[in-house]
Amino acid sequence: MNYLSNIARSEGDPKVIRSGPSSLGSSDRLAKGLGWFSIGLGLAGLIAPRRITRSLGMEGQEAIVRAFGAREIGTGIVSLSVDKRLGLWSRVAGDALDIATLTAAMGRDNPKRDNVQLALAMVLGVTALDVIGARALGSRHEYGRGERRSYRDRSGFPKGIQAARGMARDFGTPSEPRAMPTLASVSEPAPPRQALT
Amino acid sequence: MKALVWHGKEDIRYDTVSDPEIEHPRDAIVKVTSCAICGSDLHLFHNFIPAMMPGDIMGHEMMGEVVEVGSGVNGHLKKGDRVVVPFTIICGECDQCKRGNFSVCQNSNRKKHLADKVFGHATAGLFGYTHLTGGYPGGQAEYLRVPFADATHIKVPDGIPDEKLLFLGDIFPTGWQAAVQCDIQPTDTVAIWGCGPVGQMAIRSAVLLGAQRVVAIDRVPERLEMAEAGGAITINFDEESVVERLNELTGGEGPEKCIDAVGLEAHVTPSLPDTVYDRAKQMVGMESDRPHVLREMIYVCRPAGVISIPGVYGGLVDKIPMGQLMNKGLTIRTGQTHVNRWTDDLLRRIEEGQIDPSFVITHTVSLEEGPEMYKVFRDKQDSCVKVVLKP
Repeated sequence: MNYLSNIARSEGDPKVIRSGPSSLGSSDRLAKGLGWFSIGLGLAGLIAPRRITRSLGMEGQEAIVRAFGAREIGTGIVSLSVDKRLGLWSRVAGDALDIATLTAAMGRDNPKRDNVQLALAMVLGVTALDVIGARALGSRHEYGRGERRSYRDRSGFPKGIQAARGMARDFGTPSEPRAMPTLASVSEPAPPRQALT
Repeated sequence: MKALVWHGKEDIRYDTVSDPEIEHPRDAIVKVTSCAICGSDLHLFHNFIPAMMPGDIMGHEMMGEVVEVGSGVNGHLKKGDRVVVPFTIICGECDQCKRGNFSVCQNSNRKKHLADKVFGHATAGLFGYTHLTGGYPGGQAEYLRVPFADATHIKVPDGIPDEKLLFLGDIFPTGWQAAVQCDIQPTDTVAIWGCGPVGQMAIRSAVLLGAQRVVAIDRVPERLEMAEAGGAITINFDEESVVERLNELTGGEGPEKCIDAVGLEAHVTPSLPDTVYDRAKQMVGMESDRPHVLREMIYVCRPAGVISIPGVYGGLVDKIPMGQLMNKGLTIRTGQTHVNRWTDDLLRRIEEGQIDPSFVITHTVSLEEGPEMYKVFRDKQDSCVKVVLKP
């Protein structure tokens, strides 16, 4: 990838020689992985619902598989976005639906019961990853975490606020860059014309 | 050398990269002594600004010492000079530069063909930003190549610490331009959305320019505290209605001047349904920006007032109330900052002690800690408002 993007640069631009530590933590990477996994699974549900229902002994429930596929794509997109924590928790909610559906399909009359058991085990494993990831993200990206400091003394005005008020009224915008006259000047009556001499 | 490099969404790395070289006679190489993470770097961090490429060096707020100059710099700069590097690259010769419209320099964007297609007409080249603005390597690095260096620099005197001067390259003139664009009158109430670094500078600028009252809007307590320290009345939008409070403060008339120092990533709050709508659309690529602040400003601004937008927008916004904007006769002024238009005056004000921009710095760390600080700054952890990096 670096090779390709270096083509867009000029000869003298610095090029990456060796990559170092990243701002992405392990929970960010896990969310990314689960996001793509979710999209892949969702596409499978949308494209081949019959193969899935057949392998699980759930023929006739293709509409549910498609709906679940759309849900997986949605939660996958959110997991890949900056709101990835929301994405993973929405995946957990989706996992609960999957577990409920698969549990209902575990009846003794289902000839593909073994497949359903395997699918259920996989969903439980992924659910564990979703929960671990969501909790880790919550801790890593907790809004406002850490030391709470006071900035009450940071006025930025070495001579104090009262002295600073209006101190730059001497400022005049350079004539050329000023796009429009001031609101005050357009509201003032025009000065009387002087007679030509 | 070492540099902070963009590798994808939320993936900034502390990489080893090759050293920059003089490519053109008007180039100079600057050894960076201080650089900062800017709020607009977060838009790149989140990949909301199009045309970033893996391997791009971040950073557009930096200063340092000139260590090499090209043959065409013609005495404007020499080795050993101390300079702040503005984020806008300027040729100093084109029609726009001569008018002081430096952020739309006609010659400095080396990917003009690309920008012409997207923007209609190219804007200036910018350091450490999208390839639509030239894709120039940025200054969160040990060294920086400065194109058109004879024009693209602000010489600064020795004896004043970096921390007081560094922000001349971006956030100070950006806040200043936002306030100047408002044509502030002594009777004006100026409302400023966003108390991040640019908002803080806009507050101080509005106070210096003599606004009767400055109102600052945010939700982060320590940022509101800092705004209050700078002379603003504050509104925490998590606790009260911005529109109601602004009307109350202005006798029901609304503020004459409104400044949007938030830009494309307005905070998403369930109590403000349009922010949720924008986020949902943004997530599936149907809208690039979240313009809640624009909508609120247009609604609450006093008729015939001015809306100034220093906050960065990247592309397309939805549901902008044009009817309100037109019928109220509002004036919108915006743009990337014409940094060099303001810096002589602002440097004088720093030297005279009218203002000390270093008040905004909350974290000073090594460049190596940069990747982690992007996260800390983004998540507003550890009361972070402004990060300065030391290469």
